[in-house]
Amino acid sequence: MHDMYREIILDHARNPRHPGVIDQADVEYEDYNPLCGDRLHLTLKVDENNVITDVAWEGEGCAISQATASMLGDEIIGKTLDEVKQITKEDIFDLVGIPLTMNRVKCALLSLKVLQIGIHGKEHWQKIEDEGEE
Amino acid sequence: MTDQVQIFDVDTLRADFPILQQMHHDGVPLVYLDNAASSQKPRQVIETIDDYYRRYNANVHRGVHKLSEEATAAYEEARIKIRHFINAASKREIIFTSGTTDSINLVAQSWGRANLQAGDVVLSTVMEHHSNIVPWQLLAAEKGIVVKYVPLLPDGTLDLEAYTRFLRDEPVKLVTVMHVSNVLGTINPVQEMARQAHDAGALILVDGAQSTPHLPVDVQAIDADFYAFSGHKMLGPTGIGVLYGKRELLEAMPPWKGGGDMIATVRLEGSTWNDLPYKFEAGTPIIAGAIGLGAAVDYLTALGMDKVQAHEHAITEYALERLAEVPGLTLLGPADAAKRGAVTAFTLDGIHAHDVAQVLDAHGIAVRAGHHCAMPLHEIYGTGASARASFYVYNTPQEVDALIAGLYKVKETFAI
Repeated sequence: MHDMYREIILDHARNPRHPGVIDQADVEYEDYNPLCGDRLHLTLKVDENNVITDVAWEGEGCAISQATASMLGDEIIGKTLDEVKQITKEDIFDLVGIPLTMNRVKCALLSLKVLQIGIHGKEHWQKIEDEGEE
Repeated sequence: MTDQVQIFDVDTLRADFPILQQMHHDGVPLVYLDNAASSQKPRQVIETIDDYYRRYNANVHRGVHKLSEEATAAYEEARIKIRHFINAASKREIIFTSGTTDSINLVAQSWGRANLQAGDVVLSTVMEHHSNIVPWQLLAAEKGIVVKYVPLLPDGTLDLEAYTRFLRDEPVKLVTVMHVSNVLGTINPVQEMARQAHDAGALILVDGAQSTPHLPVDVQAIDADFYAFSGHKMLGPTGIGVLYGKRELLEAMPPWKGGGDMIATVRLEGSTWNDLPYKFEAGTPIIAGAIGLGAAVDYLTALGMDKVQAHEHAITEYALERLAEVPGLTLLGPADAAKRGAVTAFTLDGIHAHDVAQVLDAHGIAVRAGHHCAMPLHEIYGTGASARASFYVYNTPQEVDALIAGLYKVKETFAI
């Protein structure tokens, strides 16, 4: 089996954590990877202290984008919105734990893109996306 | 001039250009002085393009396979090189186009159509290339905007007092001006013009086709809202050019061309747009062209643009001095080399420019003849055509001497 599909990725891709849509969500956002057609829809519950209490993903995509969303969901429950703001591309690469080729980076980053734009806006996301690439 | 210390080793540099190694015909060496039309390409650029087609040709941004990965990486790396070359704030501000003409049309059709209304003034100048006149005339016919032109002073520089008056008295929404004239050679004070345009609430588009190849360009120092240039005039291939635009302007602009790569989602009811810069790069881009332009930028950066400018200034100064010796020759544009780029257009009394160019060609000297896509400017100068010798990094004072000797042969041929 190729390195890119190590067991944990396949596990999250087959059995994604946090599936579905949260009713009366505090944050809701959907975006795409236009290059391969992946779609991710995010809903979040946030308490009065800006702590994320629940997360749900809905959409379709490849094993990398689905598994990353699933793992990122685990990561952010219990974090504040400000803490989420600090999550970088590198954090996602660490989570995935395998080297990604350039075009697959887009797949791996889709969930972070949806999360960051949903909470902190497009400009903040593009800052994260461009880091180290200028 | 010939005794001066060389700014860089032109002989070594010339060895990089395969086309300069050939004889024009019958043992006559090629003297290429048509650089304002298109430059020659060093082997580093030719080999980079060849390598792409031989080794990793594939579409970009789409495939997950190795070739596509490599092509995408090289294409995006070229964008970053160009961002640094003109000191843009972000790689997202670098839009690949097919050339300066395409870049200017993009601004006219996207920004212009969305932001200009009947009666608004686009302020151009009488020295512009047709590519910076006609797109605005097309928009005028469609939207009822008005195109006005800053006139010239007798020395071939822009009438900046008239410019200031236009900005004060007219509803100018956009100034669109060339950085360096492709006929007169005049270097326009675009930084000062940008400051005045902004004070008047107008944007400024700078046509950098004749400046980007020849002098250091800093779009942030100029404070240009848009800056357009072509690859093939700066050692790169044809078919590739750049539009720089300030990010907040590009973000707000609607797409111009629709198709693949520029979308986020497409539904039959409507579509949404991809992020910058891809929103303006519909369809499969000129991949080999972009990668080749990246190699050209590497070549120029290694030379140093300040040195490129110094070399050309020295050649131009020498050419002006020698051209002034030729009886019956009238130079167009500033006589002072400090005010101009490496372009010298002229007329010879009693001999049409096409005939001048034809006889020069017989002696291996390539110059341009005609109106150089600046008919209005030639009308102002009361001539239908001029001959133009334009210089670049590989030209030498000996080639200027060959041009002058050639001009005397032209006069001999026509017995003038």
